[in-house]
Amino acid sequence: MKRFVHFLLLLGIWMLLTWSLHWQDLLVGAFIAFIADLMFGDIYPVNAVRILNPVRFFWFVVYGVTFLAYVIKANFDVAYRVLNINMPIRPGIVKVRTGLKTDMARTFLANSITLTPGTLSIDFIGDHLYIHWINITSDDAVKETEIIVQRFEQMLERVFE
Amino acid sequence: MNETIGLILLIVGISFDVVGCIGLVRLPDIYNRLQAATKCVTLGTCMILLSVVFYTGLNSIGVKALLCIWFVLITAPTGAHAIARAAHRSGIRLWEGSVMDKYADDKEGTEDTA
Repeated sequence: MKRFVHFLLLLGIWMLLTWSLHWQDLLVGAFIAFIADLMFGDIYPVNAVRILNPVRFFWFVVYGVTFLAYVIKANFDVAYRVLNINMPIRPGIVKVRTGLKTDMARTFLANSITLTPGTLSIDFIGDHLYIHWINITSDDAVKETEIIVQRFEQMLERVFE
Repeated sequence: MNETIGLILLIVGISFDVVGCIGLVRLPDIYNRLQAATKCVTLGTCMILLSVVFYTGLNSIGVKALLCIWFVLITAPTGAHAIARAAHRSGIRLWEGSVMDKYADDKEGTEDTA
């Protein structure tokens, strides 16, 4: 069952990419989707299909809009730091804790952190996330970064956990 | 109308890409450079692809551009994470103006298991 859903997903992406319903295209697509599913089906996240649940999907949309707003803010932030003559940066690596357990949620969290203002996720060790921060403003840097993490954490928890 | 929107998106996207490239040259070490490169180049490239969608409409080219936006959004931060982690593990120091490095403090004794 799980494999069949993956197969349909891969075939759907293939059909969008080729944008044709000719039987030869479909045959090649089905073959490649089958091979890809055989090779990578095991590392595919177990409960990715759960996102089809309407409540989860709603929170995914909320997460998407918030994420987009932060991405745009991040770009102006970088532009400000790069184009400023004095280059106001105070970089360093901080360590924060996350409560998320599933791989999928953690992947999304790490990627969101990388694309939000001033932060770049470097590694996971256990429950701790190491983040390179371009402008550490105070000694209480960890607490401030935790706010950034928790912002996404709550939404991602509703989507994936 | 669609062409105007596409043109605006194209100009803004290229400006963000240019800022990302300037950051790549100006910032001091690999981690800071990655910050500029991933953030600006991701949004800039996505905007250029979106302008393609507005120019051509939702035909075979437009749908490919939309799929590429999705792939760039997923792979760019993952690639940046991989580069930063590999750089740190192979012993590249942070810029001397850096404030703290909690990762180096904790990394002792943990071997790469991935």
